[in-house]
Amino acid sequence: MCLAIPMRVTRVEGDPDDFTISQVATVDADGISKEVRLDIVDHWPNVGDYVIVHAGFAIHTLVEEEAKKNIALLKELADSMPQELLT
Amino acid sequence: MKYLDEYRDSSLARPLVEALKTSVTKPLRIMEVCGSHTMAIFRNGIRSILPRGMELISGPGCPVCVTSSAHMDAFISMADEPGVRLAIFGDLFRVPGSNGSLAEASSRGAKVNIVYSPMDGLEIARKNPDEHVVFLGVGFETTTPTIAATILAAKNQQITNFTVFSTQKTMLPPMRALLDDPNLKIDGLICPGHVSSIIGSSVWEPLADEYGLACVVGGFETADLLKSLILLARQVGEGRPRVENVYPRAVSPEGNLRARQMVEEIFEPADMEWRGLGILPGSGLKIRDKYCEFDAESRFDIRLQAVEEPKGCKCGEILKGICSPRECPLFDSRCTPANPIGPCMVSSEGTCAAYYKYGRE
Ligand code: SF4
Ligand code: SF4
Repeated sequence: MCLAIPMRVTRVEGDPDDFTISQVATVDADGISKEVRLDIVDHWPNVGDYVIVHAGFAIHTLVEEEAKKNIALLKELADSMPQELLT
Repeated sequence: MKYLDEYRDSSLARPLVEALKTSVTKPLRIMEVCGSHTMAIFRNGIRSILPRGMELISGPGCPVCVTSSAHMDAFISMADEPGVRLAIFGDLFRVPGSNGSLAEASSRGAKVNIVYSPMDGLEIARKNPDEHVVFLGVGFETTTPTIAATILAAKNQQITNFTVFSTQKTMLPPMRALLDDPNLKIDGLICPGHVSSIIGSSVWEPLADEYGLACVVGGFETADLLKSLILLARQVGEGRPRVENVYPRAVSPEGNLRARQMVEEIFEPADMEWRGLGILPGSGLKIRDKYCEFDAESRFDIRLQAVEEPKGCKCGEILKGICSPRECPLFDSRCTPANPIGPCMVSSEGTCAAYYKYGRE
């Protein structure tokens, strides 16, 4: 029901501190673009960031740095496995 | 999607599969509590590579599956009221109550719109001032802030023909109820990733401390899930249950403060009925009196009627993880996704639907 999917931000509108104006972003995934609300997002996104979207709202901004760090950690974990296990 | 592809990279998964094998040193049962995890585990074929001794069971983590018949009946009776239009998430459409579903209500003329966001419900209300639009707030902690934000927007825009029927639920009370049940033996828990992104990973600490349950907050890609299983197996092997987080790219210890504040503003804890688990104290969220103009239950004076669950359906046991769908006599005979008897077969994230789609052998 509440699949939360990451989508790339292509446009940001509004101000993180001003709730009286609309806070929306345009996001896109696999060529489909749509508007999502930014009312509850944890970090205000910039164009190019990914956001995790749930029920029309961005809930979390995925900063590229952070995502890369995690991939590096996974690689490290994989590399630290004893080689004989890989055969 | 450039850096998301890397999480799906199979060269990353292979060593993890091997690591998983060596991490399992004693038999262990792991529960995944989130419906999206259940689906991801099936879709990525993780069940087929599980090492001997490791068993995966599904918990009560799909909000549609745990919606009680009593609530479905109340939803349907609202839909039948003249001048009322319901806005719902699509999965609810075919969930059976004690006497039919919203799909049936809509074919006899009730107005039901399937929406993608609670904001869409508000928009329908704005465009149809002579109708009253009720959004059915069915979900866990991921959904609650989106509803809170929508109610605040309704207040700001002074929309008076919009209310929410909240059956919002929280995850910790049912987990405690399950762990208190001596019939269920689990050693570890894959904690729901997106629920945790809102409420924070530290919420699970009482389960590790009080029940000795190994807890790992996991994402939804193959590598995330494998890593979660490895860490759970290691925690159990070492006899040192605690909370670990393999999804730090979305989950922090304290969660999303902005969203939590908004939820706190609009909602307060309430007793809530769960399908299969009964009424669990403090496991639901109801709209505070301060916002009662947006609360469908108080505006329409709704009283829930006690009802029997469908005969023969084992949804209750399935949600508690003490029975697998194949043990239900109705599974794949009278109960199929095209003709669901219980809610576990309706929702695309339901355990029975997942077994039906991926796990029939
Ligand atoms: S509501 Fe959240 S925890 Fe539950 S199934 Fe959906 S994504 Fe998973
Ligand atoms: S197969 Fe159908 S009837 Fe049986 S437990 Fe699952 S949903 Fe309920």
